[in-house]
Amino acid sequence: MPQAAGAPVILGVDDVSVRLGGRTVLDRVGFTLRAGEFTGLIGSNGAGKTTLFRVILGLQAVSSGRVTGTGERGEVGYVPQKFQLDPDMPLRGRDLVGLGLDGHRLGLPLPSRSRRARVQELVEAVGAGAFADARVGRLSGGEQQRILIAHALASRPRLLLLDEPLANLDLRSAQEVVRLLAQIAAEQRIAILISAHEMNPLLPVMDRIVYLADGRAATGTAHEVIRSDVLSALYGHHVDVLRVHGRVLVVAGAGHDEHPFEAAGSDHDTVEIV
Amino acid sequence: MGQVLRAIVEPGFFASGLVQRAALIGALVAVVAACVGVFTVLRGQSFAGEALGDIGAAGGSSAYLAGVAPLWGFVAIAVAAAGAIELIGVRHARAAFRDLATGIVLGFGFGLAALFLYLGTIEQSTSGEPVTILFGDVFLLDSSLLPLVAGFGAVALALVLVLYRPLLLASVSGELAAARGLPVRALGALYLLALALAVALAAVTIGAILSTALLVGPAATALQLTRRPSHAIAAAAALGVAAVWLGILAAWDSYYWPPLHHGWPVSFFVVTFVLIGYIGARLWSRRSGGG
Repeated sequence: MPQAAGAPVILGVDDVSVRLGGRTVLDRVGFTLRAGEFTGLIGSNGAGKTTLFRVILGLQAVSSGRVTGTGERGEVGYVPQKFQLDPDMPLRGRDLVGLGLDGHRLGLPLPSRSRRARVQELVEAVGAGAFADARVGRLSGGEQQRILIAHALASRPRLLLLDEPLANLDLRSAQEVVRLLAQIAAEQRIAILISAHEMNPLLPVMDRIVYLADGRAATGTAHEVIRSDVLSALYGHHVDVLRVHGRVLVVAGAGHDEHPFEAAGSDHDTVEIV
Repeated sequence: MGQVLRAIVEPGFFASGLVQRAALIGALVAVVAACVGVFTVLRGQSFAGEALGDIGAAGGSSAYLAGVAPLWGFVAIAVAAAGAIELIGVRHARAAFRDLATGIVLGFGFGLAALFLYLGTIEQSTSGEPVTILFGDVFLLDSSLLPLVAGFGAVALALVLVLYRPLLLASVSGELAAARGLPVRALGALYLLALALAVALAAVTIGAILSTALLVGPAATALQLTRRPSHAIAAAAALGVAAVWLGILAAWDSYYWPPLHHGWPVSFFVVTFVLIGYIGARLWSRRSGGG
């Protein structure tokens, strides 16, 4: 979406490095997120995606560099990766959305018409009306994602972070969630940063990509980043980018000794080489 | 019908000062234990509640040895143990290690209790007290305890009700709470304080060993009956009070059961009613598709 280029900057990640226990987890990572922009944070497990989220949320101190643009409570909505509730837990989807509104306040939530209406509005905005009264722990993965997105949107954030929201979803649910998020970014002018180890479901909606490998990042539009020369420089060895039926495969180049064809034959559309 | 009722609720039951006092203290404790207990179950910390109750036996017995009301011992050691649990970070430790460490500490707690109770029995030549420490007897609670029970109970209740929303969010997902800037660790510590007080109150009422039953029993039952957290707390409180009151009534009636003129222990009836309630709720929720 080219019009996003002129939109206000919501978040600036400026040359951020994080060293944990002598290991460099993030190495001079920099990018900006703009209002209404949908950005994919792509990288394999251990590439530093979750650490980067923790930095943006203010839960992880940086070793150098800085994060600008957010800091007030509620400015960043967050959907965590691991979310497992006991099926018996007495908590309706609606209650979890309500905690997004005022979960930081003390005391019991007093029943009010405006609170109920706002919760209903959020529930409907994510298409969760049919299951908002069921226990959250008994919902499917896709349904839980919708409730969590509504929870995160409740504080009217300017930035929405989602940690691997598609990881445990079947293809159809994943497509529905992606479509919902793209719609939210466009309609509510929210910047969305979504992490994934698998980029193909995001390709149709991503405005920009932050590609992480070994703590270093390549950023730009998908066309600028998903290129053999850019990714080879990032990985430090030659990789090929193959485009097959609209899908992208990243594989180690011929002659490399990391069994590229074995990897390419796996279920994943994007093959990560570490 | 009236005759049956009179046989169950003997005339004079409600007029008895003993019954009135037991019913009042028991209800206070049941409400506190149930409200705290809902969070115990939500947080998956029933194990910590059990541990605090068991270690509390050492506190109750040392207070008995020192000639102080056991409630003070229960409260002191439960709060201290909760502090230790918080420091060691029991919740985060690896499960296998955690269970081992707890097993050893609990064993030591019971060992201390055995020592103190033994010494106390020699010194004071009474034999009923050890049983009361471990298994409780709500009829034996002195009325001077009422202000203490009310005071400790009010603190525990105030903690969970004032912290209700942040604590609920942190209990559902520490990650969601941390992302909102909530002090997850401090919330956990304050909750553990409420848990320690609730366990101490339950221990003095139905005994150190049985205290978990009053803590998590009504809460676990309530979770089967409702989908809302606030309703679960109300239901757990009502179920807890019902179990205690029915227990008191049954214990009163058991005076006429064999062995004649030796009433059965109240604690037995309380935990029995807690269990019946739990099984009933499970069957009901299974039949109705789980709500």
